[in-house]
Amino acid sequence: MSGAISPKRAKETALLGLGAVTLTLGAAAVLLLLGGYDPTKAAAAMLRGSVGSWNTFVSITLVRAVPLLFAGLAVALAFRAGVWNIGAEGQLYVGAVAGVWVALTFTDLPGPFLITAALTASIVAGGVWALVPTLMKLRLGIGEVITTILMNFVGIYLAAWMVHGPLQERRGVFPQTDRIVDAARLPELISGTRLHLGFALALVLAGVLAFVLKRTRFGFHLRAVGASPAAAAAAGRIDPNRVILVTFLASGAIAGLAGGVEVTGLTYALYEDLSDGWGYTAIAVALLGGLRPGGVVVTAIFFGALQAGAGAMQRDAGIPAAWVDVVEALVILAVLGLDRIRAARAGYHRGEEAQ
Amino acid sequence: MSQIELALFLESAVRLGIPLALAAMGETITERSGVINIGLEGSIIAGALGGALGAIALEGAGLGLAFGALAGLLVALVFAVFAIGLGADQIITGTAVTIGGLGMTGAVYQVLFGANGMELSVPTLAPVTIPWLSEIPVVGSALFAQAPTAYFAYVMAPISWYVLFKTAWGLELRATGEAPVAAEAAGVRVRVVRFSATLFGGAMAGIAGAHLALAHAGAFAENMSAGKGFIAIAVVALGRWNPIIVLFAALFFGAASALQFLLQALGFDLAYQIFLSFPYILTLAALAGWVGKSQAPAALGLPWEPNR
Repeated sequence: MSGAISPKRAKETALLGLGAVTLTLGAAAVLLLLGGYDPTKAAAAMLRGSVGSWNTFVSITLVRAVPLLFAGLAVALAFRAGVWNIGAEGQLYVGAVAGVWVALTFTDLPGPFLITAALTASIVAGGVWALVPTLMKLRLGIGEVITTILMNFVGIYLAAWMVHGPLQERRGVFPQTDRIVDAARLPELISGTRLHLGFALALVLAGVLAFVLKRTRFGFHLRAVGASPAAAAAAGRIDPNRVILVTFLASGAIAGLAGGVEVTGLTYALYEDLSDGWGYTAIAVALLGGLRPGGVVVTAIFFGALQAGAGAMQRDAGIPAAWVDVVEALVILAVLGLDRIRAARAGYHRGEEAQ
Repeated sequence: MSQIELALFLESAVRLGIPLALAAMGETITERSGVINIGLEGSIIAGALGGALGAIALEGAGLGLAFGALAGLLVALVFAVFAIGLGADQIITGTAVTIGGLGMTGAVYQVLFGANGMELSVPTLAPVTIPWLSEIPVVGSALFAQAPTAYFAYVMAPISWYVLFKTAWGLELRATGEAPVAAEAAGVRVRVVRFSATLFGGAMAGIAGAHLALAHAGAFAENMSAGKGFIAIAVVALGRWNPIIVLFAALFFGAASALQFLLQALGFDLAYQIFLSFPYILTLAALAGWVGKSQAPAALGLPWEPNR
C-alpha cells in the first residue's frame, strides 16, 4: 500500500480543507433535518460550546485539541513515509499507563524531573508498542494495518487491567488510579484557564517535525520512501527498512506522548475510557491537515472545536454526540472525494492520464 | 475438567466464532479482488441495526437477516464508490466508513428510540438442533445446536472455496487481486469485479451483524460490533485468504475468546481484562508464526485506474 494521498502545498491544502468542511456542514444539516432536529439550533449550540467565549475556546476547544494534535502528528509522520500506523489509540493508552505509573511511583523526584521522567516513560512505552508491528512488518512482511489494530485492543485492555488491578486507586472502589502529586502535573499555560503546557509542547513538536521533514536529510529520505520505497532504494541509495523503522517508532512515541500529556496535564489520573477514539480521529486530523505538521495544528483545533461543540449540542439541543462521528466521517470522505476530483482534473488539464 | 465444562467451552467457542467467520469469509472474497475494506466494522454495526429493525418491522428474525445483509451492503457501497469508483486510498476510506457507520447507527438508534435507547424487544433467532450430528460426542452439540447462521457459515466456506478456486469467475477475481493490469488486458472488467466482491463482503458482514443482534443479544446496542470488523480482517490473514481455513481461523479466535470459561473452570485466577486481551495476543502470535509475505494478494490495497 503506497501513499495515495500526496501532501500538497499549503494553499492547496487550505482550499481542499475549506471545500470539504463546507460540503460536510451542508450534508450534516440535511441529515439533522432528516433526523427531526433543527440545524440552526444545532449550529448555535455548536458555536457556543466551542468558540462562544475566549474561556470556552481556550479551556474546552484547545484543551480537547491537545491529544488530537499529538496523535495527528504521529499519524501524519507515519503516513508520509507510507507507514499505515492505525495504532495511535493503543500507543496513546500505554503512554498514559507508563506516564501515570512513573508519576505515582517516583514521587520523591523534584517537579521538573518527575514530569520529564513521566513524559519520557510515555514516549518509550508508545515506541515499544509500535515496535511489535514494526518488527512484524520488516522481518515477517505482515502488513502493519492488521497488527497495529490488534495492538490497539491489547493496549486498551492493558490500561483497563491497570485501573482495575495493579494501579487501582487506594480504596479499590473506582476503575481509576490515584491522582498524581502536584509536582507531577504540567503547569497551566494561560492562568485561569485549563490549558496546560502540553499545548505548547505540541506546537513545538509540530515545528520540529516540519523542520525535519523539509530541511533535513532524514526528512528527504522519509518522503522518498513514502513516495516509493523501491525507487528510493534504487535511485537514492536509501535503506527503506531503516527509514521505516525510525519513522514507525517515532510515530508510536509521539502517540504515547499524547497519553502521557493527557494524564499529567488534564486528568491527573488514568481512567479506563481516557480516550474517546482519539487515535482514530487522528487519522482524519492528519488527512485533513494534508499530512503537514502546520496543517495538523489547524485541523486538530478544528476537531477539538467539533468535540467541544458536540457536548454543548447534546446538552442544549438534545442532539446525540454520535452525530459528531458522522460529521468526522463525512469530512474524511469529502477530502478524499475532492482530492480525487482535483487529481483527475489536473491530469486532464495537462493532457495526461489521470493517476 | 469435566465433560460439561469442555462442552460449554466448545459451544462458546463456536458461538463467538460464527459472526467472525461470516464477516471474514466475505472479506476474504473482497481481499482476493485486491481490495482491503477496513470499513467492515461499519457494515457489521449497520447489519446489526438493520437486522434488529427489519426483524421488528416484519416480525420475523429470518427477514431481519435479509435486512441486515442489505444494510451491510449499502455501507460497503459507500466504501466502494470512494475506494474503487474514485480510486481513493482504501485504508483511509475504510476508517471513515467505520467511524461513520458507528456514528450513524448510534444517531439513527437514538432518533428512533430516544436518548437513552429504550429497551428493544427483538424477535430472536432460535438455535436449531440437527438430529444425529448434534449427538456426536464432545463436538456435536457445540457445532450442531447453533443458530441457523452457523450452518450458513459452514455451507458458505466450501462454496466460497469452490467458486474462488474452481470456477472461471473465481479465476477472474483472483487475477484482479494479483495483477489487475494483466487481468484487464485479458478482458476482465477490474472495477466491476472489485465492486461486486466488495458488496458481497459488505452483505456477509451485515449478516454477521444481524446475527449479533438477533442470535446473540436479542437487542441492538450502540457499538455492539465491538471491533469485530477489525478482528475479521486479522482472521482473513490468519486463514491465508482461503475460505475454509478462514472458517477454522474464526473458530480459533472464538476458542481464544472462550478460553476465559475454560481457564476459570481449571482454577486459573487471572484478571478479566487479561482474558479479554488473549484472543488479540494469540492472533498476533499466530500471524507471526505462520503467515508469510507471499500469502496476500499482490495488488491488495492498491488503487487501480482503468487504462483509457
